[in-house]
Amino acid sequence: MKIHVTVNGTVHDSEVEPRTLLVHYVREALGLTGTNVGCDTSSCGACSLHLNGEAVKSCTVLAVQADGADILTIEGLAHDGEMHPMQKAFMENHGLQCGYCTPGMVMAATSLLKENPHPTEREVRLGLEGNLCRCTGYHNIVQAVLACAAGN
Amino acid sequence: MIPAAFDYVRAGSAEEAIRLIGEHGDDAKFLAGGHSLLPLMKLRLAQPSVLVDIGRISDLSYIRDAGDHIAIGALTRHMDLETSSVLAEHVPLLAHAAGQVGDPQVRHRGTIGGSIAHSDPASDLPATTLALGATYVAQGPSGTREIAAGDFFQGFLETALAADELLTEIRVPKMQGAGWNFQKFNRRAQDWAIVGVAAWRRNGSSGIGLVNMGSTPILASSVSNALSQGASVADAAQLAAEDAEPQGDLNASPEYRVHLAKVLVRRALEAC
Ligand SMILES: Cc1cc2nc3c(=O)[nH]c(=O)nc-3n(C[C@H](O)[C@H](O)[C@H](O)COP(=O)(O)OP(=O)(O)OC[C@H]3O[C@@H](n4cnc5c(N)ncnc54)[C@H](O)[C@@H]3O)c2cc1C
Ligand code: FES
Ligand code: FES
Repeated sequence: MKIHVTVNGTVHDSEVEPRTLLVHYVREALGLTGTNVGCDTSSCGACSLHLNGEAVKSCTVLAVQADGADILTIEGLAHDGEMHPMQKAFMENHGLQCGYCTPGMVMAATSLLKENPHPTEREVRLGLEGNLCRCTGYHNIVQAVLACAAGN
Repeated sequence: MIPAAFDYVRAGSAEEAIRLIGEHGDDAKFLAGGHSLLPLMKLRLAQPSVLVDIGRISDLSYIRDAGDHIAIGALTRHMDLETSSVLAEHVPLLAHAAGQVGDPQVRHRGTIGGSIAHSDPASDLPATTLALGATYVAQGPSGTREIAAGDFFQGFLETALAADELLTEIRVPKMQGAGWNFQKFNRRAQDWAIVGVAAWRRNGSSGIGLVNMGSTPILASSVSNALSQGASVADAAQLAAEDAEPQGDLNASPEYRVHLAKVLVRRALEAC
């Protein structure tokens, strides 16, 4: 089936099988491998990207469901070589170790701040409920999101 | 994991969805948010041959004040319920329960209609709407009918909906200032409840829905009856599992679920 999507500002017309998951489309058809697959069972959030401005788990969305949509992946966050404030906040607050969960965390965190620009620590923790990190113990991730919100 | 191959068609209206599901036979399924169906398809626990995507029927996404009740379109997403000012005013228990579903990413996709049609006893919104005395509206090839929540859930993942019927609207009576509380006991963030309780109370009336206490969502009528006859909360809560038949699983034995139900119903009623 033909789909028409805008990914990180670039328009793509692609032919996909109906069963193609959005994460596979983004990674394999478009070569945007920043979006990771962690659990593949809708739990870990590593595959989070923005679909029409909201974080979703792209391992649980069909590419055909995204037909016509505006998609933002981690690769589209920086502007003119300048990191997004959330990326900077993760770096400055040591919000990552191995980095596997990071693209999903950053996409979930930017979606969270759109909906709630000044969250409390508890709201950050609840807002990132759908993202698992095996390394950091979450503390510095939460600090990074709070720092980014404070800088907004 | 990739689902088995299927054909995909998209419906632009409720009528078109019903026609398409009728044309494609028993093996076809509606696709709403996909957050129950796609995980099952990826595990190949479901292998529909055709998906009829109803996710773009924007006419079925609304929350409206309809006088004595609030009318909610079946395609309304959990996130829209959670943030609705109409629900916050008139059915705060449902707005709160929707905010407890999974995580924000799940709530950006999953719909109330999908949750109720899927009728997982571990899901939050079937038990919550049951406790609230909701009515569901189903549309089929020969017209529309109303089904009381109490008649809708018939067995594990089985409902009163025919294969070619689309759930279009959920009608929830206004709570009229009733006290309410929602208890969700789980061990991990984002998870389904091991046991959950949705409760409201006003004067002598109450409604108590139990999550994950049997093969369907359960209405704890024994507790409500005891309360209306003047029993204390502590005594009434002892009857929490009278109407339930909990199963054992990795998380909890049936006995532990009975214990949890009594404790959580007591806590919920104390907070109502
Ligand atoms: C990681 C994760 C965590 C979750 N945690 C929770 C939780 O804590 N609590 C909870 O309650 N739920 C939870 N869910 C489930 C979530 O709420 C689903 O969104 C919901 O159960 C199904 O809604 P959907 O729109 O995604 O339906 P779909 O998956 O699209 O459809 C589900 C079923 O209903 C049918 N259907 C859908 N819409 C209609 C309709 N209008 N008429 C007739 N049939 C229809 C479909 O054919 C399918 O059989 C979780 C899901 C995930 C992935
Ligand atoms: S890979 Fe999608 S949630 Fe884990
Ligand atoms: S930094 Fe390693 S999984 Fe989060």
